Amino acid sequence: MSGTLRFFSQRRSLRRLSFYFALSALLCLALADIEISAPDPGRELRLMLAGLFSPRIADLTQWLDATLTTVAFALQGVTLAAALGLVLSAFYQRPWARRLAAGLRSVHEVFWALIFIQVFGFTALTGVLAITLPFCGTIAKVFGEQLEEIDQRPASAVSPGRGGISHFCYTRLPLALHAMRNYTAYRMECAIRSSVVLGFIGLPTIGFHLETALRTGEYSAASALLLTVLALVYSLRFWFRTRWLLVLVPTAFIARPVAAEWHGANLMRFLWECVPAPLRQDWPLEKTQRWLGWLGEQVLAGTWNTVLLAQVALVLTALFALLASPLNSSHFVSGWARRAGDGVLLVLRSLPEYLLNFIFLIVLGPSMLPAALAMTLHNGAIIGHLLGRHSDEMPAPPVPAGPLGRFAYFYVPTLYQRFLAYCFYRWEIIIRETAVLGVLGIPTLGFYIDSAFQFMRFDVAILLIGVNAALILAADWLSRRLRRQFLLAPPLARPALQVESAAYRRPLPGA
Amino acid sequence: MRYLFALLAMLVSLGSIAADNQRPQFTFTAIPDQNEAELVRRFQQVADYLSAELDVDVNYMPVKSYPAAITAFRNNQVQLAWFGGLSGVQARRAVPGSEAIAQGYEDQFFKTYFIAHASAGLQPAEALTDTLRGKTFTFGSKGSTSGRLMPEFHLREAFGKAPGEIFSRVGFSGDHSRTIALVQSGAYQVGAVNYAVWEKAVDNGEVNPDQVSVIWTTPPYADYQWTVRGDIDRQLGAGFKQRLTRALLQLENDSILQAFPRSRFVPADNSVYRAIEETATAIGLLDEF
Repeated sequence: MSGTLRFFSQRRSLRRLSFYFALSALLCLALADIEISAPDPGRELRLMLAGLFSPRIADLTQWLDATLTTVAFALQGVTLAAALGLVLSAFYQRPWARRLAAGLRSVHEVFWALIFIQVFGFTALTGVLAITLPFCGTIAKVFGEQLEEIDQRPASAVSPGRGGISHFCYTRLPLALHAMRNYTAYRMECAIRSSVVLGFIGLPTIGFHLETALRTGEYSAASALLLTVLALVYSLRFWFRTRWLLVLVPTAFIARPVAAEWHGANLMRFLWECVPAPLRQDWPLEKTQRWLGWLGEQVLAGTWNTVLLAQVALVLTALFALLASPLNSSHFVSGWARRAGDGVLLVLRSLPEYLLNFIFLIVLGPSMLPAALAMTLHNGAIIGHLLGRHSDEMPAPPVPAGPLGRFAYFYVPTLYQRFLAYCFYRWEIIIRETAVLGVLGIPTLGFYIDSAFQFMRFDVAILLIGVNAALILAADWLSRRLRRQFLLAPPLARPALQVESAAYRRPLPGA
Repeated sequence: MRYLFALLAMLVSLGSIAADNQRPQFTFTAIPDQNEAELVRRFQQVADYLSAELDVDVNYMPVKSYPAAITAFRNNQVQLAWFGGLSGVQARRAVPGSEAIAQGYEDQFFKTYFIAHASAGLQPAEALTDTLRGKTFTFGSKGSTSGRLMPEFHLREAFGKAPGEIFSRVGFSGDHSRTIALVQSGAYQVGAVNYAVWEKAVDNGEVNPDQVSVIWTTPPYADYQWTVRGDIDRQLGAGFKQRLTRALLQLENDSILQAFPRSRFVPADNSVYRAIEETATAIGLLDEF
């Protein structure tokens, strides 16, 4: 009896939760600037499509070099991040390890790169570090959770003694290793996307030439680069394997050393300039007031726009995910139709939001609309793909019905909890990306951070990056609370593990 | 596996050959103020010219943004750069001892054009008028002299307000070519553009006069210049700065000059840009606070 009651009250609260989210998104939508400001979007879109179907590599050596750099940054970054993340995950019960990991991942790759560029210039060291640090934070978190989920009996059966390391390696690591490998493969896919995005701010990856090609309207060249990115992401499943990595990783580090020419004096100067200006100048009262007022304005405007846009993007993502997930569900499509449907989702998933936003900005003109669309398509495709996959495990509906009825009365209700769990989980990521898209001109926090770097006000840049990190950590905390409160089933409280590992689930050896 | 090891060995040997090839390199960059293809064409010619004149390897390093050019200069990834007025001031502040050595003849009295789409219904005028209020407006890059600093200064002078309060939407197109394209397409009604880029685009037939035209011209100011690091003689040999300056001032190759477009280069020094520095400080772009 009480079980039934709880079921009903939970369902009602889920409905209320969804309602509030949708309502807030509607309010945000009313306040957001979502105008199509380009007078003739169709024309640009036709030119792009024509280019897409006539890919052309303009300069072969340049293309090869950019592709190798993209892969090298990603491979080196993920290798270092996985190594450091593994070390950190072993201490994940300790609060300092959790805080360190959260801090590292709350700053986006692009912002890390903007910081490192100041010290190390446009070098391999900047690119690899910018990927390593945030990825290390994410990997430490997921590895840590994977270590918590394994069977704890072997670890408690053997006394740790003095050999803490061998205790860890023999009793805990082997049980989590398979899941860790799958997750690392997924991170490699993300690293390739990040590596491409770093090109947009000046590092010599594919993104560098892609930005040029898109900006100057050379869509055939852009198409070739875009297809290269897709090919890199898809080919991962063939070459990102232990046997190959034993050779590829050393090769990458030897052929493309992670180095930079830098000077201590430069570093010291940069660090000094990161100290807030009033502190550097002994708090002159009037100037400090003006500075604080000006900083406060940027923080308020940036945060407001970031939250506004992220909220719109979150709910649009959710809608798109629900509507698109049947494309990959055995309840609705099968055979070739399903493969094609999932193919569309995979293409959308493989292109970074930053790149999609750049393309939509060209087509639709400047406003928040391109960013909202970019995030909806990318994140919605990820969630849609996973939901569809989960639906395979559901039994056939008890009452036969048409596709629309099945969708509304069986498919959505059955998957709803899982769906919400995924959406909450992507919330933090959507805020991270929303902030970064400001670099492309929408007045979110990234816009002000980019401006601060532009005028070499590193103190302001660092403070704004800090505000952004705090915003992301707050969203993370809130989403964890909501998940715990509304989604009671234990596997749903931690969707991160499933979201990301499911993409690369391989059968256990011998299973 | 065998092939993989062969590949590994090959890459390692390639890496060591590359390492042997380390000679003092002279690299320069330029602010990406317009279409990248055009910039590469222009500066590759400059690199070839300097290489022949100075008898060293000269490379041009393309960058993505104005601060990227300044950062490369500051980190000694480049020793010489073609900066705008404001970016030059920023770079020389970041690298003590660096100097402006030459500017284009036209850069002594540079101008910004305000251009407008025909649908905005704006007429050419002697001053900035109230008809601009409520229109959409795009600058060039955030750190541009002709695309941001001077137009913003004159807008603030005329209206006593920040651009965000004058116009209904304010954007930063990124570069001058893009500003022209955006205003010509109507994505923005009004834009501020470097007059040299505009006139070159008009000559090349890239501008449709029925759709976009000049409505206002700023008073003249000093703009682009070649700036060199103070330690360049130590890196590339005594007297290098002098030889470089002479090579730039003696540049008479028509094809290079037309690509800029400048009629010739004339001597410059840091004091030429004091007015730019004061203007930037006046609208709050340069002061630390």
